[in-house]
Amino acid sequence: MIGIIDYGLGNIKAFANLYKRLNIPHLVVDAPGKLEKASKIILPGVGTFDYAINLLNRSGMRDMLEEMVKGKSVPVLGVCVGMQIMAESSEEGKSEGLGWIPGAVLRFPEHVKPLPHMGWNQIEIQHDDPIFVGLDPKARFYFLHSFYFECDEPFCLAVTDYRMRFVCVARHRNVYGIQFHPEKSHAAGISILKNFANS
Amino acid sequence: MLYPRIIPVLLVRNKGLVKTIRFKDEKYVGDPINAVRIFNEKEADEIMVLDIDATVEKRDPDYKMIEHLALECRMPFCYGGGVKTKEQALKILELGVEKIAFGSTALESPEVLYDVAQQIGNQSVAAVLDVKNKKTLFGRKYECFTHNGKRRTGISPVDFACKAEQYGIGEIIINSIDNDGMMEGYDLELIHEIKSRCTIPITAVGGAGSLEHISSLFDREGLIGAAAGSLFVFKGKYRAVLINYPAQTEKERLF
Repeated sequence: MIGIIDYGLGNIKAFANLYKRLNIPHLVVDAPGKLEKASKIILPGVGTFDYAINLLNRSGMRDMLEEMVKGKSVPVLGVCVGMQIMAESSEEGKSEGLGWIPGAVLRFPEHVKPLPHMGWNQIEIQHDDPIFVGLDPKARFYFLHSFYFECDEPFCLAVTDYRMRFVCVARHRNVYGIQFHPEKSHAAGISILKNFANS
Repeated sequence: MLYPRIIPVLLVRNKGLVKTIRFKDEKYVGDPINAVRIFNEKEADEIMVLDIDATVEKRDPDYKMIEHLALECRMPFCYGGGVKTKEQALKILELGVEKIAFGSTALESPEVLYDVAQQIGNQSVAAVLDVKNKKTLFGRKYECFTHNGKRRTGISPVDFACKAEQYGIGEIIINSIDNDGMMEGYDLELIHEIKSRCTIPITAVGGAGSLEHISSLFDREGLIGAAAGSLFVFKGKYRAVLINYPAQTEKERLF
């Protein structure tokens, strides 16, 4: 059962709709009791760093989520700001991140323009991983963000080039973070979400 | 590399889709959900839906319709029409919309856009400028209009664009009223004037009648969004309604 965390941010319904079409059991989770049933978790997000952390704290699900991800090693996939809050900190906000992937969210340097990084871009895989199975190497994904995730090389699964190379897929043990929006990236995005569910 | 975006624009009136010429002479072109489904199949880069009645009728956005569209959309979804407050904007984003296009609110009370950007980030805040080329005593000049091109604002789109970033705006959509529905090409001069002064993404709409028009926009401006209404809903010189969108191989030739 894929648990899609509904803390008031991101395309919960887009994920649910996609998994429905794929015939993969899923559940929209808005309370700790429901979260327990999930064998895999998706943490979506559209918004700023502090806003996302605050909403997650207020949702009442944070402790249970930490317990499942850190204690029980349940696989989790963070998307966009859902990925960024998995870092230790962010230059976009003052809050502390979840710290699930060692790294920080940074402001793009001055020469990276125009911002936000908006549109379809390719990715370069750095380390093979089950979530990339069957992916066309030229596949494009939809990005929409103004800050980027920085982590050490071993955690970086894929990078993207937009005036500079930055991490677009990161992994630390059972924790995955994806900067682009797989739920809005047509066939290529669907294949990543399917791989996450089946791996 | 980041690719320029090719974006169908759908205009909603009375729950149906319409297409206008210079913001008038609307023609009914079908049902919004059906159109979104077709653009899903064609793997469109993004979709923009504008409710052209909401502001004029002084009513709330149609949340039910937005929710249905967001649920159906497997591509990024930008909604515009009647969004006046931060609360409305947050509610719409919660329904699964990626970006909100503010029209009259951007021009009349840009502080609302700033507040929204503070909370959800500038990546989800777009301003759509409806621009007319007006004759004046000293020649011609561009001016922003609201309320479906009926209300003057006295604001120059270039001046507004220069301030857009400090208002928290993450994208400017330039809509040429003069070129709307004419299918004779974009107003390249207007677009260039704005884009050369901006550090945020720009999307052009109004005038595209062929893929060549999009290609000449990319040739001149590089990284830019090319949006179109008529081009993606009509076929042939009699403007028969037929929803269409270039295949990936056709798109490659335009870049």
